[in-house]
Amino acid sequence: MTVLLDVAEFSKLFPVGRVPGAWARLKRRYSGGPEKLPKVHAVDNVSFVIDEGETVGLVGESGCGKSTLVRALTRLIDASEGSVKLGPRELSLTPARQFAGDPDRARIQMVFQDAGESVNPRFSAFEAIADPLRRLRKLRGKALKDRVETVASQCGLPLQLLTRFPHQLSGGQRARVGIARAIAVEPDLLVLDEPTAALDVSVQVVILQLLQRLKKELGMSYLFVSHDLSVVRLLCDRVLVMYLGKIVESGPAMEVFENPLHPYTQALVAAVPRMHESGSTHLRLIGEPRSPIDPDPNVCRFYGRCPRGEDRCKTEMPALRRFRAHHVACHFAEGFLPKPKPAS
Amino acid sequence: MTAAPALSVEGLCVEFRTRSGIVRALDDVSFSVGKGETIALVGESGSGKSVTAYAVMGILDPAGRVTGGRAMLGGLDLLSATSSQIAEVRGRDIAMIFQNPRTALNPIRPVGRQIADVLIRHGNVPRREAPAQSVEMLRAVGITDPARRAKAYPFEMSGGMCQRVMIAIALAAKPSLLIADEPTTGLDVTTQAVIMDLVNDLASQMGMATIFITHDLALAGQRSGRIVVMHAGHVVENAQTAELFANPRHPYTAELIAANPDSAASLDELASIPGSLPDLRRADLPPCRYSERCPRKLDTCARPLPPPVPGADHIVACWNPMPAAAPVAPTLGAPMANAS
Repeated sequence: MTVLLDVAEFSKLFPVGRVPGAWARLKRRYSGGPEKLPKVHAVDNVSFVIDEGETVGLVGESGCGKSTLVRALTRLIDASEGSVKLGPRELSLTPARQFAGDPDRARIQMVFQDAGESVNPRFSAFEAIADPLRRLRKLRGKALKDRVETVASQCGLPLQLLTRFPHQLSGGQRARVGIARAIAVEPDLLVLDEPTAALDVSVQVVILQLLQRLKKELGMSYLFVSHDLSVVRLLCDRVLVMYLGKIVESGPAMEVFENPLHPYTQALVAAVPRMHESGSTHLRLIGEPRSPIDPDPNVCRFYGRCPRGEDRCKTEMPALRRFRAHHVACHFAEGFLPKPKPAS
Repeated sequence: MTAAPALSVEGLCVEFRTRSGIVRALDDVSFSVGKGETIALVGESGSGKSVTAYAVMGILDPAGRVTGGRAMLGGLDLLSATSSQIAEVRGRDIAMIFQNPRTALNPIRPVGRQIADVLIRHGNVPRREAPAQSVEMLRAVGITDPARRAKAYPFEMSGGMCQRVMIAIALAAKPSLLIADEPTTGLDVTTQAVIMDLVNDLASQMGMATIFITHDLALAGQRSGRIVVMHAGHVVENAQTAELFANPRHPYTAELIAANPDSAASLDELASIPGSLPDLRRADLPPCRYSERCPRKLDTCARPLPPPVPGADHIVACWNPMPAAAPVAPTLGAPMANAS
């Protein structure tokens, strides 16, 4: 497999708090003091690759940096550090502002969470799908119309609905418009930010099956952001689990969900509601997440919430280590490895 | 449930007048929830789950009209009560957690103040103590740094945090009935588990009855003792949770269970539900509103739905229900063996 997207040592920090006034800045410049603004470490030193034709799931709770990571990968915001390589091209050298007109813009596209809110309410379905084609493919007239209709039928959107506006479409149809718009310019990487979160189960199934079919037909790679683990399990080949800006576990989806080695993944898997279990039999995550503002680089990010949490976790940040097919960032991952089953 | 029900809804019918005709959103909806009991209303969007809740709370859209039925809370019929009677009850005895916290919260009032409002109006808390108590409420729903967050406005908080604030507002006056309309839709699974634990714990501590509205059958199964399945404004099935999963009688329930991602090993195995909800404005709506999507349709389905068997615990509104398996003893609270 060839690597499509290579993200290496990627970080994104946001300054927070009061920006010092002009006088304070002037004083600091002349006194030579260091510039010190507190920073939120939204994504902190993250590395991973996405192969061609692969579906990678990205899971984690809100505030863990999923969206920041995704927005930086789709070049909507700039990275603070690190590199993002699409094939041979280093994307982080091009500022996000200039990337909108870049020829590679079409290669990474995104399907947003709720198509009802992310599609321009004044654009008909046709206009919504045509917009990226006009801007990036410079299609006009007959060619444009043909392409929009091809894409719409690929996504199972009846052609007579193309004249409708988002509010006249059902949730499932809107989701199809959102997908059609993203795949219209034939991207290599499609980033899906919880595409089914706003949908009913009956529609969700159809959309997931549509996504799987499109992937086979068009040979795209997916980065699938979701917090619905039961969906990630079905759709993804590999999964990355993020916690407070760091990847804490990664590996083949089935493997990660059946044998989670990081305590956070374990809690995450245990929190998925299952039809045939009642009551709160799962692990609870007590305590509060650590502050993402200038976190201590020597303390495990999960410390304080972790059911295991020992002294070592306070003094040494665990690195990602390899266990069989997983990569896990926990000092005690060995202890969670399943014991060899007795032959029975 | 042997105890007197906290809320009993009987034959509730709701219509909406729209420019394109009358939408019969609810038709003969009946269910009841006992003290300390948690029931779930489950169904696709458009099935009338939220409208049921709004009708009970007396906050239907002006275009909506209750055309029949009763909703008894204690001795009071909420559907025929005067607005001042309802205003006394709402917030104190019944509270609601709304679907979208961003639009439900007041955008120009700090969240701590919004909680304090409820405490002062309904919780018998002196005005001076309200701010401190609202910080405590924020802490109870798991908000980090509650003292600082109490001064924040809804737009400064994440969706998950807004939802926690909503829950704090709903639980502030310790109501006897909580209606939670998709309380955890926008939240992470870990947060969802904690929030649902919180609601369940409070419900059992205070003997609070909970009506939990969701489209996630798995979540409903895990969190409620009884499930009421709705489709296009009808209650199609009403049974104890364990019984419903082991022995779904209505074809729609069976399809819902099969469409849940939890029940399949691969994506291809997942079944989708054919067709979509019927247009509720039609004059010729069939008596069974599922019949046009139903794989088990018979000629009898054109007749009015069978009346529920009096006293039955497992109610199904279908002429040709799925064959019954061996009945399951109700195992409330005890985890069932996983079938897979």
